[in-house]
Amino acid sequence: MNYFNRVLFALMLLLMIGGGVLAQDTGLTAVAAPDTLGPPAPQPPTNITVTDREDDGGHGLVIRWELSEDDGQGLNNVNMYDILRSSALDGEYMSRGIVPSGTNEFIDEDDQELTGSDPNLNFMPTGSTWYYKLAAISVENVRSVESEVVAGTTESNLFHWGKLPILFGVLIFGGFLLAFISQAKKGRELYVRPLSGINAVDDAIGRATEMGKPILFILGLGTAGDIATIAGFTILARVARRTAEYQTKVLVPVQDPVVLAVAQETVRTAYLEAGRPDQYNPDNVFYVTALQFPYVAAVNGIMLREKPATNFYCGKFYAESLILAETGNIAGSIQISGTDEIGQLPFFVAATDYTLIGEELYAASAYLSREPVQLGTLKAQDYTKAVAMVIVIIGAVLITLGLPFLLNLITVSL
Amino acid sequence: MKREIPILIVGITGFAMLIQYFIPTDWSEFIFTYSQDWVIVIGIIAMPLGIWSLVKANVNKLKVPGERFYSAVLLGGFLIMVLTCLKEESRMAGSFHMDLFNYVLVPIQATIFSLLAFFIASAAYRAFRARSILATILLLTAFLIMARFIPLGPISIINLKIDAWILQVPNMAANRAIMMGIGLGATATAMKIILGIERTYMGHD
Repeated sequence: MNYFNRVLFALMLLLMIGGGVLAQDTGLTAVAAPDTLGPPAPQPPTNITVTDREDDGGHGLVIRWELSEDDGQGLNNVNMYDILRSSALDGEYMSRGIVPSGTNEFIDEDDQELTGSDPNLNFMPTGSTWYYKLAAISVENVRSVESEVVAGTTESNLFHWGKLPILFGVLIFGGFLLAFISQAKKGRELYVRPLSGINAVDDAIGRATEMGKPILFILGLGTAGDIATIAGFTILARVARRTAEYQTKVLVPVQDPVVLAVAQETVRTAYLEAGRPDQYNPDNVFYVTALQFPYVAAVNGIMLREKPATNFYCGKFYAESLILAETGNIAGSIQISGTDEIGQLPFFVAATDYTLIGEELYAASAYLSREPVQLGTLKAQDYTKAVAMVIVIIGAVLITLGLPFLLNLITVSL
Repeated sequence: MKREIPILIVGITGFAMLIQYFIPTDWSEFIFTYSQDWVIVIGIIAMPLGIWSLVKANVNKLKVPGERFYSAVLLGGFLIMVLTCLKEESRMAGSFHMDLFNYVLVPIQATIFSLLAFFIASAAYRAFRARSILATILLLTAFLIMARFIPLGPISIINLKIDAWILQVPNMAANRAIMMGIGLGATATAMKIILGIERTYMGHD
């Protein structure tokens, strides 16, 4: 039995060594030469062109070719194409990528110029010339002869043509904006539909005054550069002005030092404009922490200890939205929320009394100030939306009829 | 003048960045990256303001009987974290500072996050009460969506198809409508800031 085991072990060892050698022979890196007596080599791709990649800073080239005669026809044995590149015509050609059969385009780009001790040797500077040739590789890993060498030079583009539809959109919107601002300045009455969330702001401040309790204003987790946070500042300004008039305390816990500076300035200005600079207490606008859940813990603590009459949530919110809003609900506060985070809107709708959905948050500034110029921007928004709706409807009809030209016209390539 | 100069700076910078978006050259990309770096730099410069605000507010609260305990814990924790990270090796795994971070702060954060599960239940209960026709439709839709995770034999296949339709058609349509509105609203706000119409964030003279 012992002898049998040794023989079996020796056999297994032989099999493993043999298998290893065979595996080495069939590896992708060891491709058979085209003229050996094995499986036939495919024909190489032809008519190769190398052009500058459009809409970039001059760090890419587009390589196109006609498929090998054995790709999908002839011997039908092409498995992939190897794209080889060199910085000199007679230089060393290195593989830049492999694409599957049936593909006739490859984008070669590298804009990462790493300097110092670890330079990027593949970096393609603007104005540099590169030489390309291609080879087809069969399903049996047999390589074709290499194609002719074609050169291409990278160029920097001054305009991103793929973003042209965006530029048109901006110009249309800008046109509407200027037209309505001009009309508003001439004194034309502009109607905007009422928003219950905005209408509730004054009532909520009045409630806090009657109850003698503070108002809690939460600007969310955004930075001062987020549009939602900026919209939050405009609502804060209005709320602070009213609280200054009613002599009600407004607490603003923030999680970003820059937001803190802007929020303090916004509240200070509101108190000045209300004619009560002496009432302004900078300690009521305070920094808590930059971390999400410690911020939630701190604000929840304030809600449960101070029992604010009204909570405002205006800005960028993430997973903390529902925790805050439900705690506010437990504390018995009236709650007005507004965010442009689509994922958090259902939570606010479920847990707060009024919600400003997406663009309504941005529009709050115009609603609250009622300045004609501000209302003009709202009108411009509405008209641009109408244009977008018309394009969507016409586009849907054309696509249904198999006419994609409108879609091609407005498609953006970044 | 104090107000006009910042508005002018904002307007010029805003227009420059708008034009930059359509120019793909290297110097254009450099301007964008450089301006983004400045946002980080300003954030770091502003950090002492935040720390000062935090310490000042909580030192003041030490005098208030009801608030004293929480502020003492906060200031104590703040001091301990600062003192334990003064050495360079304090950021290495296994240091006292990192142990405090990993075994005290992280579990506390996880605890707060886990509250979300209970709050989802309580908010869903309020939202899904069938008080009106719309609320009843919401309740039924929510029931169908939630039921797709329950194996119900042949019914599951039909339910999966209904759910896919709900998510991909009416839900997607509403999502896109909101997204379009947000896009236009954000553009309008940006325009208002660039043109100097919106200046609330800028403070007083």
